[in-house]
Amino acid sequence: MAAKRIESVNDFVVKFANVNGSGSASANTLFAKSIMRMGVPISPRNIFPSNIQGLPTWYEVRVSEQGWLGRRGGADLMVAMNPQTWDRDVAEIDPGGYLFYDSTKPLPASKFRDDITVIGMPLTAICNDAYSDARERQLFKNIIYVGALAALLGIEPDVIAELIGEQYRGKEKLLQPNVHALHMGYAYARDRLGGPIGLRVARSDAVGDRIFIEGNSAAALGCVYGGATVAAWYPLTPSSSMAEAFARHCRKFRVDPDSGRARYAIVQAEDELAAIGVVIGAGWNGARAFTATSGPGISLMQEFIGLAYFAEIPAVIFDVQRGGPSTGMPTRTQQSDVLACAYASHGDTKHPLLFPEDPKEAFEFAALSFDLAERLQTPVFVLSDLDIGMNERLCEPLEWDDARRYDRGKVMTYEMLESGQDFGRYLDTDGDGIPYRTYPGTHASKGAYFTRGTTRDAYARYSERGPDYLYNMERLMRKFATAANLVPQPIMRPAAQPTRRGVIYFGSTTPAMDEALDMLAKGGMHLDALRLRAYPFPKSVADFIAAHDEVFVVEQNRDAQLKTLLVNDAGVNPATLIPILHYDGTPITARFITDAVAAEVRRLNVRPLHGGRAA
Amino acid sequence: MTYLAKPKLHHPDLPQNRLGYTRRDYEGTVSTLCAGCGHDSISAAIIQAFFELAIPPHRVAKLSGIGCSSKTPTYFLGQSHGFNSVHGRMPSVLTGASLANRELVYLGVSGDGDSASIGLGQFAHAMRRGVNMVYIVENNGVYGLTKGQFSATADRGSKSKRGAVNTDSPIDLVGLALQLGASFVARSFSGDKAQLVPLIKAAVEHRGAAFIDVVSPCVAFNNHPGSTKSYDYVRAHNEAVNRLDFMPRRDEVTADYPPGSVVDVVMHDGSVMHLHKLAADYDPTDRVRAMNYLAERAARGEVVTGLLYVDARAEDLHYHLGTVDAPLNSLGERELCPGAAALREFNAALR
Repeated sequence: MAAKRIESVNDFVVKFANVNGSGSASANTLFAKSIMRMGVPISPRNIFPSNIQGLPTWYEVRVSEQGWLGRRGGADLMVAMNPQTWDRDVAEIDPGGYLFYDSTKPLPASKFRDDITVIGMPLTAICNDAYSDARERQLFKNIIYVGALAALLGIEPDVIAELIGEQYRGKEKLLQPNVHALHMGYAYARDRLGGPIGLRVARSDAVGDRIFIEGNSAAALGCVYGGATVAAWYPLTPSSSMAEAFARHCRKFRVDPDSGRARYAIVQAEDELAAIGVVIGAGWNGARAFTATSGPGISLMQEFIGLAYFAEIPAVIFDVQRGGPSTGMPTRTQQSDVLACAYASHGDTKHPLLFPEDPKEAFEFAALSFDLAERLQTPVFVLSDLDIGMNERLCEPLEWDDARRYDRGKVMTYEMLESGQDFGRYLDTDGDGIPYRTYPGTHASKGAYFTRGTTRDAYARYSERGPDYLYNMERLMRKFATAANLVPQPIMRPAAQPTRRGVIYFGSTTPAMDEALDMLAKGGMHLDALRLRAYPFPKSVADFIAAHDEVFVVEQNRDAQLKTLLVNDAGVNPATLIPILHYDGTPITARFITDAVAAEVRRLNVRPLHGGRAA
Repeated sequence: MTYLAKPKLHHPDLPQNRLGYTRRDYEGTVSTLCAGCGHDSISAAIIQAFFELAIPPHRVAKLSGIGCSSKTPTYFLGQSHGFNSVHGRMPSVLTGASLANRELVYLGVSGDGDSASIGLGQFAHAMRRGVNMVYIVENNGVYGLTKGQFSATADRGSKSKRGAVNTDSPIDLVGLALQLGASFVARSFSGDKAQLVPLIKAAVEHRGAAFIDVVSPCVAFNNHPGSTKSYDYVRAHNEAVNRLDFMPRRDEVTADYPPGSVVDVVMHDGSVMHLHKLAADYDPTDRVRAMNYLAERAARGEVVTGLLYVDARAEDLHYHLGTVDAPLNSLGERELCPGAAALREFNAALR
């Protein structure tokens, strides 16, 4: 059953199947970056277990000159380096695709497929001949296969050598052996494996000035730029690397040049309750503070989040979402904390959420979140996910305007108090629902107040009177309405042709959605698209929904959480909204979206004779 | 019920401290706790200590959790910002506040339920980190606000007002604080103001985590025969290891102490603690011996009070983190934002 060999230039997927802890990650990144350096866009994804050593791990590189950065699905070339997962890895190759494997140990014919091209290279034997040290044999094996793949795919070995040079700058002892291993693999594949295959990388200029960065690192840098000085966190995948990146960026950018001391404080707390407690204490005292966590941490922080909402204390919470519920799929991606964050805590609460689409927006929203938290005096959530946070992503360069000033919100200063200005901690003086606050220690006889989670009047005096409580709760609602206009507004992308159908999506769904919209349009299906960037929703969201007969709501969770939020808060007709849900833990793909939308459209077009939905 | 404002009637002859404040300036609203509550005596001791130290009231931040003890910050230091946080989580809020502005004095007030039961973890970790604070536990061994349940510091065998006997082992917060690395550890009794006020003053001047466990009888639910936290029981079993006179740096040392019974401890800022040693074999600068002493006396049913341990050269969390002298909450764009040029360089390294 021979299938036609896949032939493709700058448009294919290479998947590496490795054992974690084997040193494959840096070699695989090297492979991906070399293609980027040749001007061809890539989107790599780590698919890894919750484990340190010995379990299967995959690295998927999508090469797309057109610039599609979402996961595609399938694999055109499988680099099968893990015997444990051999069968499923071989099965995953698209018909006509390629299998690259270590042929040192012969495998029976039944272990292969006849509709793919098999390329065996005796990697272990080559390494055993070339190296005597066991660790070297393992590490250089990775570089050797990168060299071989370069020959097979037409990647310029000089580009890889240059990357190795950058990686080992100043460590010449490591540089030379790596370059040597690279060339060894390259020469072997060129001379002994029949040279290039049907998949090819050709130089292009499609990358432009884009950068390649993980969302967690970009978000952490946004915290540095946004003026965060206090961070408290508890290690939790996939958020830990954000706190660690903040520490790294601070060591670079936040050390007082004169004293050598830190303009920041980072506490690795004993749990998430303490982490959010530290953030709230710092926010109360006038410092910009944040925590980074994931779903289980959000669950633990609930009580404190309610306190910060009710006592009106700025706090920024990054939720790098993963697969839930419970421990769930800790190393897989989902958008399943939308409701848990929007309504976090007991009683009537609601909180602004920001939805970055990629590392660039993670940077921007991180910096913005501190302005919003202080302006609104409330916890603000930045909801990214594992797909954005823990994968390097090609995105536009980060930007900063030096004229930009932090918005510290309504803070009554010593001078204002001294001039006799009336200070009511929970008094709305101008109708936006936001009261003034004072920092502790401001004035010897004015402006002190008692912060508490219990009810109080506009002057922060304890009160259980109904009218005082209502004043406060209604003011908080006004404040939330104010928030809708301050948060990042949705981005509307009209279809090429007039249409009665629309789609709403957010966050890491974006790259797959971009591609799906293109695929659907080519197939004659035109959708107006609205990318939500924040909650609460401004009126334009309800207007968008009202302007369409059907609106697909694409999200990565089981329960259509964003749709629920839209129904609850945007006052829209629920029947208009059609959920498209992807939640198996893998990043959503354009193929999935187009298939699901097409299926829904077929269903809609078959109208029952009786009891059908109104047109 | 903390809204009762106290009338501001300043007698012209009220004594003033060094800064010209009277004791009234350190008071709060009228207490709404039960008459005779030990907590009110502690509030009075706090007022006295801060008045005598002449600390401007607004330069103090007072934080608490939930419970009778945690309500007390409204009854003192009315010109200080206060924060009544959530149950058992005051230590983390205080830690964050302290990180934001190292220049204020941080006073954490908690109870035995708040610190030894629901908040034991946060209590422990704040001590470990050496947060620069005074942490007072008003310890009555009982949940007052919810009407008389045992707390985790209740002694095994002690009887509740309704006659129930506690069968769980007690947590001794003093022993824990010593083990966890608190650098100032003391115990006192709400009914012993002469001992408590100097302890609070010394704790305020101490740099690092200063912990004072104050046994404070609950007149409503834990002051009956059979309770080991009643006035009568504590008076009968109190074994004070020392008496303290605290001399802030600015005061002239005038007192004359008989040699042999006094130990001077010099604090980081030059303040001096004169310890009148009552137990000849007690050395408050030896942590291991303090722990042993405490355990031995506890086995005999004695409640050891006094300054149990002090490390006058302790380092605090800010020191460990290497933070700048300026309060972090006072830094602006110029100190915090690396700017566009740095970002361009950052981008260039990612291509």
